[in-house]
Amino acid sequence: MALSGIQIYKLLPQTNCKDCGFPTCLAFAMKLAAKQVELSACPHVTDEAKEQLSEAAAPPVRPITLKSNGYDVKAGNEVVLFRHEKTFYSPPGLFLRLRDSEAPQAIKARVASADAYEVDYVGIPLTIDGFAVQAEGGDFPAAIAAVREASHRPLILIGDAPALNAGLQAAGNHSKMLLCHAGKDNWQEMAALAKESGAALAIQAVSLDEMVALSNKVKEAGVEDIVLAPTQRGLHGTLTASTISRRLALKKTFRSLGYPIINFPGDLGDPAQEVVAAAQAIGKYGGYIVLDHFEPATAYPLLVLRKNIYTDPQKPIQVQPGLYEINDPKAEDPVLVTTNFSITYFSVANEVEGSGLPAWLLVADAEGMSVLTAWAAGKFDAERIAKAVKAFSVGEKVTRKQIVLPGHVAVLSGELEEELPGWEIRVGPREAVDLPAFMKQAL
Amino acid sequence: AIAIEIRDRKPEDWSPLLMEAWGDVAGDPARWAQAAEKAGADLLLVSLSINGADGKPTTPDQAVKTVKSVLEASGLPLIVFGPGQAEADNQLLVPIAESFKGERLLLGLCEDKNYRTIVAAAMANGHLVNARTAMDVNLAKQLNILISDMGLPLDRIIMDPTTGALGYGFEYGYSVMERLRLAALQGDSMTQLPMLVTPGEEAWKTKESKVGEGVPEEWGDWKTRAITWETLTSVMLLESGANVVVLRHPESLKRTREAIEDLMDMDRNP
Repeated sequence: MALSGIQIYKLLPQTNCKDCGFPTCLAFAMKLAAKQVELSACPHVTDEAKEQLSEAAAPPVRPITLKSNGYDVKAGNEVVLFRHEKTFYSPPGLFLRLRDSEAPQAIKARVASADAYEVDYVGIPLTIDGFAVQAEGGDFPAAIAAVREASHRPLILIGDAPALNAGLQAAGNHSKMLLCHAGKDNWQEMAALAKESGAALAIQAVSLDEMVALSNKVKEAGVEDIVLAPTQRGLHGTLTASTISRRLALKKTFRSLGYPIINFPGDLGDPAQEVVAAAQAIGKYGGYIVLDHFEPATAYPLLVLRKNIYTDPQKPIQVQPGLYEINDPKAEDPVLVTTNFSITYFSVANEVEGSGLPAWLLVADAEGMSVLTAWAAGKFDAERIAKAVKAFSVGEKVTRKQIVLPGHVAVLSGELEEELPGWEIRVGPREAVDLPAFMKQAL
Repeated sequence: AIAIEIRDRKPEDWSPLLMEAWGDVAGDPARWAQAAEKAGADLLLVSLSINGADGKPTTPDQAVKTVKSVLEASGLPLIVFGPGQAEADNQLLVPIAESFKGERLLLGLCEDKNYRTIVAAAMANGHLVNARTAMDVNLAKQLNILISDMGLPLDRIIMDPTTGALGYGFEYGYSVMERLRLAALQGDSMTQLPMLVTPGEEAWKTKESKVGEGVPEEWGDWKTRAITWETLTSVMLLESGANVVVLRHPESLKRTREAIEDLMDMDRNP
């Protein structure tokens, strides 16, 4: 956490000379703590204080961005342990691992399908983020070249220093990669390689103490972009290692562990366990998640989970207000009303679609709130619904003027009758899941 | 702990994958209870339907008979949920509470708009209650206070903060549960209660689990998707503080069990 005003004040000359434009050093310190003024405004700050103050201002978890050919994968930059405290910022990068023991043709095919995979969730296209290539004694450069033929996404290279050296040539140097792993025996070699290639470096250790020692050495060797790679694999082990590291980094500004974390759920070997371990990593501080198994049926839920966990709690996802056509409705089909909170819209739209019955779906602007929340906040009432009916000229599209209110706001039907003369006001079910049955019987 | 939800009669609206998993026992609560126990459930949840197969409202006698048959079929602790509408819940749960005095059932659903009758019946007959609120920390605490003010001790109230399925509001329930558990750990006595959630019901309501045809190709294999949907929802909710997850598919139970054993075993995969 950043230093408080008092802590900053202790580092200032405390002479109240006003050269910074503030009556006292304490006032200047308070402004500094609130990041409303630059330290340079005070010409008398000692170098030692300057170094401490700038260090305190650095983010507690170092932001690292892997790049290649226009793709970015951001990690780090987190400030809270629990999303509800503020929000999480960098959704973990999902990487599929390939091994140089596989034939280049097989690698290309697997990479091509994973690279092209894109699934829609509440109107947002979701994809995986990159590929990891692991040296296992095969032709490492050829494996990397095969990956590059099928995808331009960022890469993670895994192997010993000689293999990585050869691999870096094949991968080309215009991109920012992550190299794995530096351990307590080979960290000098790996640190040199990372510095030379500008890559981030993952450091591997069996315990937090070892991780701290290694982190300090690698930093002293001049590597800034460090990634923590705990060796634990089971749920319990990774949860403990990741939580303690992130808590120390955030609560104690413990710099040696203030880095993104890389997880390898694939090492569990069984796809069913892998997807659960990957899910835990999404919730508990994974920065890079390396999968060995890729299929749509598990990638889709993981991508949705990542979207949910990393949605800013203060900003619910909204859809555009408007008149949506479902199952190509005709003039005599009914008009259903709902709000523009994405989950409300998609629950209703999915149910109506699933019913196979044509309908017009009028999405009123309720500032992204669900039906009940918006109604309680006065953002979903008869007047707003009537305004939406006029704004999207619903009247001109339907001959049989029949509008269906969500069950939770049945109380609005009276007022809506006044606002929309000539319209038949119906009340639908409270839950979207009951819409198909309601539409079949009542409409 | 893991509970399996069984219905008082053959569900008509459940995903075919579930019907396939349970086979013909899904029409007979007693045999279904035994199958669920064999599948590894720690508890059973009987959810009562609003109407019988004949379309007429479920009668108290039918409900009592169902609960009786399940209690005789399995020794597992039993949760009984009413259909979720105030009058029906009260009408069915009171006779159940009285008929099975001493069985220490967990009765639900107590909500702020309907809890007094159920709490009174639970208090008089040695049962517990499930207090459900709509994903809101303050509403959860308030309902706990209202119920305990009636005289029911706190250790007979289970909190049910509601959850959405993955992709359908899951993160709201997840964050409310983290906040409730953090408050409890920091000494707020009105939140120091076990939490129960129903990821099974929620996950199997989604199109991803219910429907196999006419869905985007990117959704992949139906069965893997549906089981992963329920499993991820339940495991993530466990990690946000859930003490009881109510599931529907035996394979999700197996995978959630593995996760729990891994998480609780200090020296496994050191």
